[in-house]
Amino acid sequence: MNFRVIQALVMRYLYLYTRAPVRGIELVFWPMVNLLVWGYLTQYLQKNMAGDFPGQITYLIGAVILWDVLFRAQQGVAIFFLEDVWTRNLLNVFAAPVTTRDYLAATYTIGLLRALVTTTLLGVLSWVLYSFNVFSLHGYLLPFALNLLVFGWALGMISTALIVRWGPAAETLAWAVPFFIQPFAAVFFPMSELPAVFRAFSMALPCSYVFEGMREVLRSGSVSTRDLLLATGLNLVYLAAAGVLFVRVMRTARRKGLLTKFATQ
Amino acid sequence: MFAAFAMSDSVLLARDLTKRFGDFAAVNGVSFEIRPGEILGLLGANGAGKTTAINMMLGLLLPTSGTIEIFGRDLAKHRVEILRRMNFCSTYTNLPGNLYVWQVLTVFGRLYEVPDLKRRIDEVLGLLEIGHLKKRVTGHLSAGESTRLNLCKALLNRPELLLLDEPTASLDPDIADKVRKVVSRVREESGAAILYTSHNMRDVEEICDRVVFLHRGKVLFTGTPAEIVRHFEEDSLENVFIRVARSGDVEFTGETRKAGDE
Repeated sequence: MNFRVIQALVMRYLYLYTRAPVRGIELVFWPMVNLLVWGYLTQYLQKNMAGDFPGQITYLIGAVILWDVLFRAQQGVAIFFLEDVWTRNLLNVFAAPVTTRDYLAATYTIGLLRALVTTTLLGVLSWVLYSFNVFSLHGYLLPFALNLLVFGWALGMISTALIVRWGPAAETLAWAVPFFIQPFAAVFFPMSELPAVFRAFSMALPCSYVFEGMREVLRSGSVSTRDLLLATGLNLVYLAAAGVLFVRVMRTARRKGLLTKFATQ
Repeated sequence: MFAAFAMSDSVLLARDLTKRFGDFAAVNGVSFEIRPGEILGLLGANGAGKTTAINMMLGLLLPTSGTIEIFGRDLAKHRVEILRRMNFCSTYTNLPGNLYVWQVLTVFGRLYEVPDLKRRIDEVLGLLEIGHLKKRVTGHLSAGESTRLNLCKALLNRPELLLLDEPTASLDPDIADKVRKVVSRVREESGAAILYTSHNMRDVEEICDRVVFLHRGKVLFTGTPAEIVRHFEEDSLENVFIRVARSGDVEFTGETRKAGDE
């Protein structure tokens, strides 16, 4: 890997924020809206319902914060590619001495930075507004976040590969792909609530084990090591498969002239 | 890094290059070379295969068959090492319009690992007479300024091979003249080999040492601009161009020839 090339690609993305700081709104607006809606809704239910409900508020806030790690990581990879499509700069980048590995490493870095920004913001806000301390996840916070980050990267590569394959008309996939899986990913409710068919799909997603684990930690203070290992193993499979898909699609793009079509559309 | 190619060798050697999209052959069995320090014109009407050929030379498009050797190395196997020593400028690509000029050149300078980058950026901006635009937003530049910035990006890494795809398209005669002079100066000072496509026959006659004339994806003729005019028994390169372009879908009757075959 060539770190200077990776640094240059990352710098190109970061320059966008120095040139137009208003772009930063996209990074903070929707996560904040989610946190406020889910946080106050559950606070309201907490006050007006009896039973075990008080505990749920922490689950939902934790879910909002951790989901954003996955979403921002995926966006980092997919939007990185689209930025060059939108500015018709794609050919300049792909005709430069940039390997696929360097390119992907740069997109991962952007995904990581985006996730760090929003997680920090949501962590502080949830502590101020709802007294939810993200560190109440103890030592599990890091493995949870890492697993979601890696799955976000894999989804980002899949999104980009599909956009390259199907052309600019498919660019909404950059935002849609994470939400295709969200209902099955046990983000806000346990896998056991899903019908058997969907549960099988849920069990094949690494993030399901993370969200189940998060609820378990908040409930009992610990999580099953087996579930964490399962999530990590599945993540490795997804990352490798997404990498193979990305490389194959880029090869197809070079064979069919898909990259050059992007430049002229 | 691999050893520099011997000066007697071709900088670029395309052998029997073919690119098919389904049944359509955009480039069909094209062979040519670019020699060290040479400006080679790639001529042809719209759809002749020029841009497809250039995209293959940049590794953006894989040939259906045939090979491309640059600096004595197979492009398919050594793409990144080769791209580090070459560059390109195309009227069909933009630089990121949402960045400042200095930011764009900094990013590409780092991608090409240009040493002493700040000084080099000032040099190329000065060479193209756009030093005053350094702090302007790229998207706010005029067409002529954008083309010159594109050329700055292409010159940043002091390329040994420069691919220029219609660099004077959409430029007024004054700026087009300046661009031609810069291209000639770059060749004289650095010895770079240059592949130059243009629909402006004056460009071609003024700066190209040799021309490869493409028609419907095939090489129709290779020679100096004067040799081409003589071969087709026309009085200017422009008239040759028009005659070939208007041959339309009918297969052009001229054989593929090289100067010296006559």
